[in-house]
Amino acid sequence: MFAAENGLKGDPRLQAISNAIRVVPHFPKQGIMFQDITTLLLDHKAFKNTVDIFVDRYRDMDISVVAGVEARGFMFGPSIALAIGAKFVPLRKPKKLPGEVIAEAYELEYGTDCLEMHVGAVQPGERAIVIDDLVATGGTLSAAIRLLERVGAEVVECGCVIGLREVKGQRRLNGKPLYILVEPREIDGCY
Amino acid sequence: MSAYRDKDPRIHGIQSKIRVVPNFPKPGIMFQDITTLLLDPKAFKDTVDLFVERYKGKNISVVAGIEARGFIFGPPIALEIGAKFVPLRKPKKLPGKVISEEYELEYGRDCLEMHVGAVEPGERALVVDDLIATGGTLCAAMNLLERVGAEVVECACVIELPDLKGRERLNGKPLYVLVESH
Repeated sequence: MFAAENGLKGDPRLQAISNAIRVVPHFPKQGIMFQDITTLLLDHKAFKNTVDIFVDRYRDMDISVVAGVEARGFMFGPSIALAIGAKFVPLRKPKKLPGEVIAEAYELEYGTDCLEMHVGAVQPGERAIVIDDLVATGGTLSAAIRLLERVGAEVVECGCVIGLREVKGQRRLNGKPLYILVEPREIDGCY
Repeated sequence: MSAYRDKDPRIHGIQSKIRVVPNFPKPGIMFQDITTLLLDPKAFKDTVDLFVERYKGKNISVVAGIEARGFIFGPPIALEIGAKFVPLRKPKKLPGKVISEEYELEYGRDCLEMHVGAVEPGERALVVDDLIATGGTLCAAMNLLERVGAEVVECACVIELPDLKGRERLNGKPLYVLVESH
C-alpha cells in the first residue's frame, strides 16, 4: 500500500522525496528506467524525512528486527533500526557473511540468485520488518520474508521507498503487508 | 587516534560485540565480524554516537561510505550531523556517470566508483568504513573525493588492524578508530 493512501495523503514530504529521486534511462540495460536513490541521499532533509516516515510508522509496533537487503537496504535500514531500538540484520549475497548462514534462492529474469542471513541473528517469535530501496517483482523481498520465517520470526511488514507498477494495487507480498512511500518517477520528471 | 586509547566507557561494550571468525574468507585470516555489533541496539547506537559526537558542528557536509559495510555506519552518521551520504561502490553498480579509482589487492586490482556531481569542490568530507586493514580501499576513497576538489577531513572506522599499517598509507590524513585488533 502506498503511504499516500494510508494516512499520509498530501504530506509534502512525499513529494520532496519523489523529486529527489533521479531516473537513469536504460540502466542496467535497454528499456529499464532505473530509479536512482543516491540523489535522495544527497538531500539531507529529504533523506531524513524518508527515515522519519518509516520510524513514525514502526516505533510503536514492538519491532525488534529490521532486516535490510544488500546493498541499498543497508542505506535505510540501520537508521530506522537505531531510531526504534531494534537490531539490524543484513541480508546478503552469497559468501559475504562470515559466519554460519541460511540461504534462500529466488528467481531472476534469467536464472536464480540467493540471499543469506546469519544463523542466530534472529530468534523465534521476534517481530521483524524488511527494508529495501525499491520493490519491483517482489522476488528479493519474498526471499527475505522466507528467511525470517524459517527461523521463526514474524514478518510484520515490508517497507520500501519506491514501488514499481507491478506492485501497485497489491497490498501484500507473500501475504505480508507492503508499505511504499512513492511511485517511480517518469523520465520527463527527472532532473 | 582512537577512542580505544581514550578509554571511553562505551568502547568496551562495542569491542565485546565484535565477533572474530577464523579462516574467513581464507585460511589464516581472523575476520572481524561487525554483524554481531548490529544485533545489540545499545552497542550499535554507542558506535554511531561516538562518531557523531566527534564530527557534529565541524562543518562536514559529506559522509562517504565504502560498499557495503560502510553503508551501515555512514548514513546514520550523515543524518545526525546534517551531511549528505555518498556511496562509494564497486564497478557498474552506480547508474549515473561516475569517476573511478583503481587500487591494489593482495592479488590483482579492484576499483571504487563515485557519482559525478555528488560532491562539490571545497566540501569537507569524511570517509567511513567498518574496518581499515592495509588502507588500500580507504586510500582509493580519499583519492576520489580529492579529485573532485573536496577536503577529506578524516577517515573513520570502527576497527583498525594496526599490524597491517594501514594508517601509514593514508598520506598523512587523520584516522579515527574505535577499537584496535591485533
